[in-house]
Amino acid sequence: MGLKEKIADTQIWRSIFRHGYPSTPRNRALAALSNVFLHLHPVKARKSGIKLSFTWCMGGITFFLFLLETITGVLLMFYYRPTIEYAYNDVIAMREHVPFGIMRELHRWGAHMMVLAVWLHMLRVFLTGSYKPPREFNWNVGVILLLLTLLLSFTGYLLPWDQLAIWAITVGSNMARAHPLIGHEGPGASLLAVGDVNLVTPASDIRFGLLAGRFVGAGALLRFYVLHCVAFPLVASLLMAVHFWRVRKDGGISGPM
Amino acid sequence: MNPEEGPTRRGFFGNLFVAWAIFLAGVHFAGAGAVRFLFPNVLFEPPLSFKAGVPSAYAEGVDESFKSSHAVWLVRTLSDPLSDRTGIEGMYALSTTCTHLGCIPNWQSADVKFKCPCHGSGFRMSGMNFEGPAPRPLERFRIVRADDGQILVDKNQKYQWEKNQWTSAEAYLPV
Repeated sequence: MGLKEKIADTQIWRSIFRHGYPSTPRNRALAALSNVFLHLHPVKARKSGIKLSFTWCMGGITFFLFLLETITGVLLMFYYRPTIEYAYNDVIAMREHVPFGIMRELHRWGAHMMVLAVWLHMLRVFLTGSYKPPREFNWNVGVILLLLTLLLSFTGYLLPWDQLAIWAITVGSNMARAHPLIGHEGPGASLLAVGDVNLVTPASDIRFGLLAGRFVGAGALLRFYVLHCVAFPLVASLLMAVHFWRVRKDGGISGPM
Repeated sequence: MNPEEGPTRRGFFGNLFVAWAIFLAGVHFAGAGAVRFLFPNVLFEPPLSFKAGVPSAYAEGVDESFKSSHAVWLVRTLSDPLSDRTGIEGMYALSTTCTHLGCIPNWQSADVKFKCPCHGSGFRMSGMNFEGPAPRPLERFRIVRADDGQILVDKNQKYQWEKNQWTSAEAYLPV
């Protein structure tokens, strides 16, 4: 018995891999199905499905960029403090006082490219008609993932805490004032009232909930930081698992059924 | 019910209904609590009304003392036709929030105008918009005399020109 067979025969190996060498169709299927990461993927891929000219690989590139953003983002978190005293200086220090000061630029350019890639992915799915049944549910999951990508981009915009960031978020969050019913300048804002007391005011509407204040300040910075680093990536990760799994369940990457 | 017979079908579904009702009520209560948690009871922001000294301390023109702290310009003028106070000397409190998308314009004394750096909106000293994308004039705030004779600016009450509110009694303080 050679060394390879000896290792494959140990209890440790067999406790991890519950199938033989993936040399038979059955073992190849088991290799994919008994692995929590691989089972999200199809056991077999169509030749057309992996043609670059057909898929542009934009979904894969988006996922790659998400991983890049996660790794560089976690590294940036070791230096960045989300308070108005420190935020701007910490961002400068990341570039000036830390080895590989390019890390923040990687995160920033990766973010721009991710927004671009996710739009192109949507365009490709539209052009190849891959939103049609039975893939219409996955299209909807994808739309939510697109929104999450844009929200990640928007919340990350504020974190450098420079003039561009503050005014961009001021302008962006002012749109929430006009939200029907729960924005204080939106239609129906005066409907939610108890007697003479209006419940939807600049200090209680949806914009206030987003900014934790009447204007973009310390509360908004902290809230956007938490959303950017924890809430949105968590939801996006869950939905990505569903998205990839449904690609497999709905008949593989694109291509006719 | 005899305990040895076990639960009846009707009794089981009755209990199930109560259990679900309690569970869903708990979930909604916790959810409402989580939403309420996001709205703090105390804000560490400047108060919405403040005293600004006596009118005689202000010369004719735009005063920027309260711009960064309270987002208000105090303007003293000899005449304010836009609020029907032609020839009546007085003061008004202008909001420093651009009516386009909420940036803060700069007072350019040489050009006698407020100019927003974000998208180029321009406003006259009265607050009237005349260039750029701003769709309406700057807002004015309630301005009255406090009991001690000082100017009291109250941002809880705003006056919009396009709603014909600048003519209100407390939108302009005659001096």
